Amino acid sequence: MVENNKYINKYNFAFIDEATKKEIRRKLLKAVAIPGYQVPYSSPEMPIARGWGTGGLHVTLAIIGKTDIFKIIDQGSDASVNACNLRNFVQSMTDVKTTFDTSEATIIQTRHRITEEELNENQIFVYQVPQPEPLRSVERYENKTRQMHGEADYAKMWVSLYEQFVSHGDIMLGAGYPVKVNSRYIMAPSPIPRWDIPNLNLSKALHLFGAGREKRLYAIPPFTKVEPLEFEDIKFHIEDFKGSVCSKTGYKKAFLDEMYYDDGSTNFVINDSNFLDKLFEKEQPTQHENKYINQIAE
Amino acid sequence: MKKMNILEINDLSKVFNLHILNNKKLEALKSINFTVAEGEIIGLTGKSGSGKSSLMKCIYRTYLASGGQINYKSINGMVDLVTASDHEVIELRKNEITYCSQFLSVIPRVSAVDVVCENLFKVNADKEAARYKAKGMLQQLGLPEELWDAFPVTFSGGEQQRINVARAIITSPRFLLIDEPTASLDPKTKDVVIDMLLDLKKHGTSILCISHDEYTIEKLVDRRINLHLGEILNLN
Amino acid sequence: MSNTEDNWLLKVNNLTKIYGDYTENSIINTGPEFNSNICPETGSIVACADINFELYPGEVLGIVGESGSGKSTVVKLLYFDMEQSLGSAFLKPHLDGLANILEESNQKKRWIRNYLMGMVYQNPRDGLNFKFSSGGNIAEKLIMGGNFHVGNIRNRATDLLEKTEVPVLRMDDKPASFSGGMQQRVQISKAIANNPPLLFLDEVTTGLDVSVQAKVLDLIRELQQDLGIAMIVVSHDLSVIRMLTDRTIVMKNGRIVERGLTDQILQDPQHEYSQLLVSSLL
Repeated sequence: MVENNKYINKYNFAFIDEATKKEIRRKLLKAVAIPGYQVPYSSPEMPIARGWGTGGLHVTLAIIGKTDIFKIIDQGSDASVNACNLRNFVQSMTDVKTTFDTSEATIIQTRHRITEEELNENQIFVYQVPQPEPLRSVERYENKTRQMHGEADYAKMWVSLYEQFVSHGDIMLGAGYPVKVNSRYIMAPSPIPRWDIPNLNLSKALHLFGAGREKRLYAIPPFTKVEPLEFEDIKFHIEDFKGSVCSKTGYKKAFLDEMYYDDGSTNFVINDSNFLDKLFEKEQPTQHENKYINQIAE
Repeated sequence: MKKMNILEINDLSKVFNLHILNNKKLEALKSINFTVAEGEIIGLTGKSGSGKSSLMKCIYRTYLASGGQINYKSINGMVDLVTASDHEVIELRKNEITYCSQFLSVIPRVSAVDVVCENLFKVNADKEAARYKAKGMLQQLGLPEELWDAFPVTFSGGEQQRINVARAIITSPRFLLIDEPTASLDPKTKDVVIDMLLDLKKHGTSILCISHDEYTIEKLVDRRINLHLGEILNLN
Repeated sequence: MSNTEDNWLLKVNNLTKIYGDYTENSIINTGPEFNSNICPETGSIVACADINFELYPGEVLGIVGESGSGKSTVVKLLYFDMEQSLGSAFLKPHLDGLANILEESNQKKRWIRNYLMGMVYQNPRDGLNFKFSSGGNIAEKLIMGGNFHVGNIRNRATDLLEKTEVPVLRMDDKPASFSGGMQQRVQISKAIANNPPLLFLDEVTTGLDVSVQAKVLDLIRELQQDLGIAMIVVSHDLSVIRMLTDRTIVMKNGRIVERGLTDQILQDPQHEYSQLLVSSLL
């Protein structure tokens, strides 16, 4: 039981009852066993509304233990309203230590970003996913998309990428670029920017995805091949900030936010708040390395 | 040395059973027996309605014989054309046997040159060479050059006949069935056609030819077969 | 005789499709002699039964019949659009013709459809995806055939559209903006994109204006001569059959009533129904 005077004898550890935790864990095991495959699950009712992160919360609460150290970010920031509310909830239901420090955390829940700082084999990354089905844009019907995944019949997805290239000169997907996992399933990585996609490939950490509203779980086990969909002659590329630098640290090789001020001026700031803080404090956090970042000129 | 027979017809009969006319039966051929030796030109003569065209169509399998055998010596062995499978007949038509009907059967919207070389093109895939050869033939036969790329459906009988004959001759078939090759032609072109056919014979083609024209028969055939009311009257 | 026994491309045995619960009497008590497809005992509908034929490489086979004859059913069964009740089919290029393609797994069937078959439907909406551009439709077939190079895909699509006389400038337009004849030609391009040995054409010119029909038929004829593809042409129109095919099968009430060389069927039809059809030519 939780040692917390406010809620004593009222809530189970981590809020969800043990039987439901067991079900979620079993589904997670299945997801890990079949990288990129969407596993249907119970998606129990939570004290927050659907569409506000219930899926990520389900995963976190099912796997969290007393000794875990929990971090949660929303669009890269630990301090956003939603991140704060969810952190308070998890903390009060489990009494675990929480942190803003990426390297300290053992479980990191995220909405729509991967941390700039490299993840290690002791960490689990939990994603809040709005739409788990990557083929939804080309096929409306669930029974058809299930069949397409089962038979690896992804031609329609490829044609839609071809059509974008033909209409616009490039593939126009910004966030949530579809990837192929373990050379088998096409997966929706949640609406993370292109910048983050290469960091899924052969990652040391375990990545778990929860879509509460759609009732699906999926996973990428450590050291799994994750490749963005690309044609032989139309290759994947990350965002080009065209040489802009972070106004606070002068760093240019991170994903930048463009900030607008009342006087009409703009500047750029690193999106990942913890990474920004560390650089500002002159610490040297280890950043993810991939061939796309390495191509950015000094 | 006795020449081999390329065609042996035994007891061939053809009856049309017209179901939609209350099962009326029309006897076109009664009991036909004859042979064609390799390299021979046989003339089929007889009045209209005597069964000449029916006989030819039975050999070509446009008509299904009602009884008897049509033994044909193909490159790969003997075949009875009456009982051969559709596929076998298609192969023979493609490679060995050509039929030239009395009137040009027009596939619409194909130019005169292309009509002529169509069959050549099926066997040998070089389209340009085929068209070149076709043009040469049409020139020999006196078809005006301005008509070469026109559609034959509007041509005169004589002009159509030239295309018809050219189409049959151009592939140098092993066995040629030709129905009234010189009808509608002026004397000069008649001779050209007869010479072309004799030339084919020189290169080994065996020919069965229907004709009303005494002149053509005299100059062309080795032997005559005369049909009357579906039966052979006299052989010589 | 040349050994033509072995080099068939497609062999179909006892192909049968029945809707509803059926017994063996259902097949016995329906057909052209009964002038009915409906089993008097069970009410089941025998769409086609006892369909046997062979197709050789480069040959064009016509299937002619009126509504309810089962001719479209035969093609739909062979293209896996429907499941058969009985029967088998063998394609030489697939496992040397030793496997019944109708019983293969969905994965294998998709492979066969992508690499060994092409299909042109009467209604372009069945064969084309109207959400994609016409080039995209061809790309879909090429991608299913294992091509992932956009440049090559576009070149091939351009070739095909030129071959079928669709203006290449319209390659990136959606088929909804095309005329019926042009939609059919895009469908034909898509069907032959992967150079399949076998092409199905199901009433492809029915409903088109006569001049458009003529152009599409001419195109098919030309393509057949150029590429040497074997085709199965389904039509109720004998003049289409006459123009395109070497051999013909006549169907009535789900059965084959006559089969033979096309010129023989047209000039010396044997079966009562064939004679009726031929005499009905306008």
